[in-house]
This record gives sequence, structure tokens and C-alpha cells, in this order.
Amino acid sequence: MGIPISYSFRNLWTRRLTTVLTASGMGLVVFVFAATLMLAEGLQQTLVQTGSPDNVVVLRKSSNSEVQSGVERTQAALVETQPEVAIGADGQPLLAKELVVLINLQKRGTHKPANVVIRGVATPASFTLRPAVRLIEGRLPHPGLAEVIAGKSIARRFKGAGLGETLRFGMRDWRVVGVFDAGATGFSSEIWGDVEQMMQAFRRPVYSSVIFRLRDSSEFDEFKSRIEGDPRLTVEAKRETRYYLDQSEAMAKFLRILGMVLTIVFSIGAVIGATITMYAAVANRVTEIGTLRALGFRRRDILSAFVIESLLLGLCGGILGVIGASFMQLITISTMNWQSFSELAFSFTLTLGIFWKSLFFSLVMGLIGGTLPAFRASRMNIVEALRSGG
Amino acid sequence: MTEPPIVEIRNLSKSYRRGSQIIPVLSGISFDIARGEFLALMGPSGSGKSTLLNLIAGIDFADTGSIQIAGVEITGLSETELAHWRAGNVGFIFQFYNLIPVLTAFENVELPLLLTHLTRKERREHVEAVLSVVGLTDRMDHYPAQLSGGQQQRVAIARAIVTDPEILVADEPTGDLDRASAEEILSLMDRLVTEFGKTVIMVTHDPRAAEKAHLVRHLEKGELQ
Repeated sequence: MGIPISYSFRNLWTRRLTTVLTASGMGLVVFVFAATLMLAEGLQQTLVQTGSPDNVVVLRKSSNSEVQSGVERTQAALVETQPEVAIGADGQPLLAKELVVLINLQKRGTHKPANVVIRGVATPASFTLRPAVRLIEGRLPHPGLAEVIAGKSIARRFKGAGLGETLRFGMRDWRVVGVFDAGATGFSSEIWGDVEQMMQAFRRPVYSSVIFRLRDSSEFDEFKSRIEGDPRLTVEAKRETRYYLDQSEAMAKFLRILGMVLTIVFSIGAVIGATITMYAAVANRVTEIGTLRALGFRRRDILSAFVIESLLLGLCGGILGVIGASFMQLITISTMNWQSFSELAFSFTLTLGIFWKSLFFSLVMGLIGGTLPAFRASRMNIVEALRSGG
Repeated sequence: MTEPPIVEIRNLSKSYRRGSQIIPVLSGISFDIARGEFLALMGPSGSGKSTLLNLIAGIDFADTGSIQIAGVEITGLSETELAHWRAGNVGFIFQFYNLIPVLTAFENVELPLLLTHLTRKERREHVEAVLSVVGLTDRMDHYPAQLSGGQQQRVAIARAIVTDPEILVADEPTGDLDRASAEEILSLMDRLVTEFGKTVIMVTHDPRAAEKAHLVRHLEKGELQ
């Protein structure tokens, strides 16, 4: 048995102020580390939850998003007749031909413009395909009327998008007759209206995408290879989950890389801070170290006592950082979805994985910061160490 | 037949290097210390008495010569072997007590026992026993800063004897104490020799402390007088 952990812990406690200051420095780094991971996670979860694995999105070939895609009416009709398309309870295919257009709306308060996705949908198929979408206020738009419903976060944040208000786009005024909630999915950041109305308003002769439910989830590959090989069609098919994951990939990757770069730069500072603190701790306890060695504790006992002290210091920082970062979950961020250039609202999401990664990261900082001082402590000459106390 | 001496020192030499200069501290010392002795080493500063004490205690290395303690040649031991040897055979008493400030009196005394295989319960029994020898059972949950100098030195003595070593080395044990406390400490050390059969080797400047010892040896310029 070596030097007890309580020795390391109490030494940190004895110099609380230094400990808190050093740990705070490390905590800030852990905070940045955790927050960027949480951001990437939140973004990805939002976009991935938007999709369902049984749904297939059909887009024009090599268009990355619905905004860039165009599917002609004849092609959409061909897709509709494929045997893999599930049939709904009403005997109609569970398939929606949709139009996606970006418009510019002003935010409430700041009047700053931002892009918003307008989705022309087919009732009821579009709703059946997205069970996450629930009307929470008002009613659905009547076909043939200039009526829309707005996603919850759009209704809250954009001028004219609230229930009963009027939006102007596509050279017409549209009454918001309902507000829908789509949970943490990207649909919460969209405005939905009747697809035929929208195509007229925006003078679009083609749909953006065709979305349908698979009769049997395992038939996807067969469907994909046949439809993509059909010379009459210039479309590609993706599972909806895959489609949204692809959309989030670039942004999430960007966030992660940004986070890593920031964290690495900051962590150098924090590690130097920890090293200085630990060197000071060693310098203040030279006689103590000499005494412990004289009593029969070995070099490695001293080494581990100081490394443990530094690890505990790092852990304090990690806990502070994670606590700070967990408060970020209360914040909803809206940002540009770079794939569709539209507004997307999502939250910082703390997962158990990020929690452990953050704590591990703080321990690594503690370890790096503490190694040199601990090594120095363990290499001390006993006689000189005892004499220095004077 | 007489009992063999507990410490046998033969031709012990030690010098320090300061820059390019070599300063001899001990030059070929030979002497024995009998078991159960209370020996005071005296001499002017720089006479090498502390160096001699450190060598006997196994915290410093000799240049040449041999030190046999209870039959073990300690000059041939490695760092790790020496650390292990010290833990079981030597008790240290320092001028400034050298207690660990963040540990209670109990925990300070318990420290050397952490290097043994004793269970928690056995350790507690040992610690309580030695604290009662030094008369500090009621102070075992106090931190060093809450104790007087004399009390701290008594805790340090408890720590020195808790593993029941044969030899106690004391470097100016009364150097930081007032007269009354110094008396108390010296009596306690005397008791350790007479009652518990320990061998005490004490370096001191204080003639009153030396008086308490059973034998006084003088060192001058690295040689025993």
C-alpha cells in the first residue's frame, strides 16, 4: 500500500483557491470541448430524427438536397406505380410528391432576414409519412386555399408566422391556420402548405422530391437499383435517415473539427497552468517529500501521489466543465443548415458518451500537467530534501 | 558472551562535491554502537555528524567503508531495498518534527504502517498503542497545526516507533523546543531506551540534551574524538 489518496485530495483541499483557479482553467477547456461535441450531436440528432428508416426519398440524380432537386410530374408518377410503395388504409399509396422552396422571412424583434423552408405537401400522405409531425394549434390548410401551417420554432421566431397571422410569399398572402410540433426534427423549422397551391404560387412545373413508405423495409436495395437503372428516370433513391444523415455530416464534421482545434489550443494553456500549479505544490512540499521517502516510501509512491493529485485536479476541472456544459442543453440554437441554406433550430445535446469523453479528456490534461512535477518530486535526493526545510 | 553491537561502522568515508571541489566530510571512521545505547553525537557545524547519522539511517550513500546494522550490510543495498529496509528498521525524529500537515496525528503515525501488510484494524491498534506511550491518545484527531511543538514532536516519536524499529535516529530533536518541552522529549527518548530497549542515536548541539544521553561522542573534521 502506498501513500493514501486522501493525502493527495487533502493537499488540493488545503490550497483550495489555487485548486479552484487551476481547475476552472481546465474546466473552461472541458466546457468548450463538451459544448462543441454537444452542438454537433444536437445537430446530427435533429437531422437524423427527421428521417424514418422505412421512408425513401427520391431526388434528381446527384442533387444533395431537396432544394436543389427537381422531379418531373411524369417521373413522379412512374415512381408512384412501383410495387415497393406501401398502400395506406385508404387504399392510396403512402407517397407524397413534395415541393421545397426557400423563402426569406424576417425574424421577430430583430427583423433580420433568414431563409425558411416552405414545403408543399400532400394531405394526408405527408403527415402519415412523418408521424413526428403533430398539429398543436389551429387546423390543417384546406386544399385550394392560400393557407399554411408553421412549425413551432418558425411560428415563435418569425414575423407573421404565428397562428392567425399572414405571411407574404410567392406573390400571395398566406394565412397561418395552424402550428405543428415535430419534436426535435428539422420539420419544426419548416412551413407547410398544399403542394399544388405552392407550385402555382412559385411557378414551379416540377416537384422537388417524392417521399414514400416502403411496403417492406428490406426491399429498398432492389427498388434503388431498379429505379436508378431505369432509363426513363433521372432520379436517385435514399433512405430518409441516410438522406438527413448526409445533410448533417458536413456541418457536424465542421463543428467537430472546429471544436477539436479550439480545444487543443486552449488545452495547451490549461495543461501549462496545471503544470505550474503542480510544480509549486512540489516546491512547497520538498521537506514533506523527503520525510515520506525517509519513512520508507519509494520513488514510485511519491510519483503516484503527485500524479493522483494532478488527476484529481483535472477531474475537478472536468466536473466543472461538464456541469457548465450541461446548462447549455437549455439553449436552442438556430443556425444555417449549410446543405439546404435554411434555418434549423436544434439544441446542445449531452450524451453519456460526451460526458465520459469530457471527463477522460480532463484526466488526460491532469496527467500531462502533473507528470513532470511528479517526476521531479520522485527524483529528489532525500538528504537535500530534508535539509531544505531548514 | 557479550551481545554483538547493533551498529558496526568500518572505515567509513564520505565526501561532497561542490563544483570542481571535493570536500571530505567523513574520513575513515570506525566505531560500534551497542544495542540499547542512547548515544549523542556532538560536534561543531560541518563536522559531519548529520552526515554520519544519515548514513546510519540509510538515506545517504557512503563513498567507501561499511555499515552493518543488526547484521545487515546496508551500503550494498539499492535505493528500493534501502527504502524497504528503512521502513522496517529505522525510526526518524527530526528537528522540525516533519509531520504531514494535511494528515491528523493518527494518520501521521499510521503512515509507516501503510508500508506493511497489517490490516486496518491492526494498524489502528498499533497507532493507538504508541500514541498512548507518548501520552497523546486524546489528540489523535488533531492536525499538526492544532498541536504545540512538544506535542508535535511526541507525535513524530510515535510515528518513529510505530513499526517497532530497533534504531531511532534523531537530528536535533530538541532544537525547536522550549526547555520544558525539550525535557519532556528527552525523558520520553530515555524511556524508549530503558523501557523498550531501543537504540537511540541523536545528533545535538544542546549540552543539556547530551547530558541525558548515556554516551556522548564528539566528531571534529570528519573524525571521531
